Amino acid sequence: MAKMTLEELRKLRNQKKDELDKRDTEGKDVHIIIGMGTCGIAAGAKDSLDAFLDEIEKNKIDNVTVKQTGCMGLCYVEPTVEVKVPEMPDTIYGNVDAETARNIVREHVLGKKLVSEHVFDRPSKDIVKE
Amino acid sequence: MAVKNFILVCGGTACESSKANDIFNALKSEVEAQGVDKDVQIVKTGCFGFCEKGPIVKVLPEEAFYVEVTPEDAKEIISESIVKGRMVKRLLYVDDTDKKKEDDFDIENIKFYQKQVRIVLRNCGFIDPEKIEEYIARDGYAALEKVLFDMSPDDVINELKVSGLRGRGGAGFPTWMKWNFTKGVESDQKFIVCNADEGDPGAYMDRSTLEGDPHSVLEAMTIAGYTVGANKGVIYIRAEYPLAIKRLEIAIEQAREYGLLGEDILGSGFSFDFEIRLGAGAFVCGEETALLRSIEGNRGMPTPKPPFPAVEGLWGKPTVINNVETWANVPMIILKGGKWFNSIGTEKSSGTKVFALTGKINNSGLVEVPMGTTLREIVFDIGGGIKDGKKFKAVQTGGPSGGVLTNDFLDTPIDFDQLTAIGSMMGSGGMIVMDEDDCIIDVAKFYQEFCVEESCGKCAPCRIGTRKLYDILDKISKGKGTHKDLENLETIGNAMKKAALCGLGQTAPNPILSTLKYFKDEYLEHVDDKVCRAGKCKDLVRFEIDPEKCIGCTVCSRKCPVGCISGERKQPHSIDQSQCVKCGACYAACKFGAIKKS
Repeated sequence: MAKMTLEELRKLRNQKKDELDKRDTEGKDVHIIIGMGTCGIAAGAKDSLDAFLDEIEKNKIDNVTVKQTGCMGLCYVEPTVEVKVPEMPDTIYGNVDAETARNIVREHVLGKKLVSEHVFDRPSKDIVKE
Repeated sequence: MAVKNFILVCGGTACESSKANDIFNALKSEVEAQGVDKDVQIVKTGCFGFCEKGPIVKVLPEEAFYVEVTPEDAKEIISESIVKGRMVKRLLYVDDTDKKKEDDFDIENIKFYQKQVRIVLRNCGFIDPEKIEEYIARDGYAALEKVLFDMSPDDVINELKVSGLRGRGGAGFPTWMKWNFTKGVESDQKFIVCNADEGDPGAYMDRSTLEGDPHSVLEAMTIAGYTVGANKGVIYIRAEYPLAIKRLEIAIEQAREYGLLGEDILGSGFSFDFEIRLGAGAFVCGEETALLRSIEGNRGMPTPKPPFPAVEGLWGKPTVINNVETWANVPMIILKGGKWFNSIGTEKSSGTKVFALTGKINNSGLVEVPMGTTLREIVFDIGGGIKDGKKFKAVQTGGPSGGVLTNDFLDTPIDFDQLTAIGSMMGSGGMIVMDEDDCIIDVAKFYQEFCVEESCGKCAPCRIGTRKLYDILDKISKGKGTHKDLENLETIGNAMKKAALCGLGQTAPNPILSTLKYFKDEYLEHVDDKVCRAGKCKDLVRFEIDPEKCIGCTVCSRKCPVGCISGERKQPHSIDQSQCVKCGACYAACKFGAIKKS
């Protein structure tokens, strides 16, 4: 990407905003977002990430993107993961070890149900969207 | 047919005890009775905090948030919420301040139950910190755009002034003033510095911010550069934060590629670029003058102020230096306006503060609340209360520079001035919760030991004072303290406050002075009665076996690391006091309460 002008920056912002709102990037409408700060990684987020990728591949699911993000602030239940599936509420999961990660793929992504005992909540409203 | 509704029942320990299980079962039988079991999934969740209003039930996707639910409410929740698609008004959470409006309260205006407001952490947990596009999509670099093309440097200063933003590093100096000083000085070269030398034990706010949203700091520093006329930013970060450093490097690289850094940013004619400097982890380098010396390659030692860094800073040039959290606020102030920011928080401390809530708390975590939130809200509503149902003793704020907040201050609104008034300080935001098992002398000793190690040694009050204070505390913890020692703690502490060169030495006595003030009785117990009620001061503790209760199961003797517990099987055991190292392993292992701690 070459240096941008003001117009190009604005265009890029709008385009990326649309992508975020549509939540459909390149035909992938399921998003799994893993908290990968030092805290999450120390609690085993990398193992969870591997388990997600492996389980997705095993089940031959091709509409999922797995992404990383920073710390969600829920240190007491790291690793934390957000799962977005169309027509289901966006869900924050806590204590997501490798086994729970596999359960999330099977029960939430494929079965369209929440995984009990692991549901948490975002700690605040999103002020950017307000 | 897919599930339409999800009912979340709080499964945290606090709610578990207040009938969450019964509610869960009642909801299950109700969905079957009302024939909607195919449309609904009932799920147990983790703790949402907010345990005082528990048990909590939440219905998705409507986001209906029901508090103090009983099993008898299950029928109505299902028939209203699920079958008819309406909310059960009487169970909805209403903020205490809205209580009087309850009669005409409108579903549209339900107060959000969460007490947190995330400005600094707005993008943490939302964006991929290694992708600049995601930051841009969430209004990233829109503040820079606004500043470069629509605002003069004076406009920026004015917006900051209106916002009332004060430095989040601890001292709370008005940010606009710092910027304005530097702006007012003529110089061929000026610098913008980010203090990311987070060193308080138990604090990790800055690390999480940089790891989750590095661009917000880069954007803010670039804005400051434009405002004061600087072209160079330096981020001073400790080498023990490798992930934060890596993400900062990626962020800088991406911003350069996009032309958001470097020469002629977005065609505005303004140029700015960054350099990262790694610190070796000395606590004193969080002090701004010591930090600047460290960047220059010298030993990290503070220099007397004035001259202030704003006038004579890095390489003798005017320098704006703010900490990570202060920087992360700036883009939102520019975008949403100083007035907006000022409307959050208290009169003299606007905006929010991020705390790292740790210690004996159920929901430890990174917490961002409006200034003026009370300790009770943080510890009990957000933090979910004390672990294992123990009794709250105190909260330590401000790390080695701060003090303790006791029970009496649970309802004090937390802001810069309130904390200072009660002998603690905001500090950078570490918040360590203590319960009845913590000994206050032990806590003070821990922080003093930290200060002894981290004192740079340049000035005598700090170098000698911290050592002396530590020695006295050590003496007290061994049961050898006198009343004169207690007096000396105060005399030395107060002298250091006045005479030490920098913030480290001036605030190092705070943990002692504050605990002396609020826990005098505990100090006196150690001195007069030679007793440590929490059992932390090893020299004052004695473990003994009650022969009446001991059944001779031998568990304690197997756990004892020094093998000083003896006795026949099925016969009462005894502890050889001369060998005992007072580790407490036997005490923790005994299932019959036969081991007494005194």
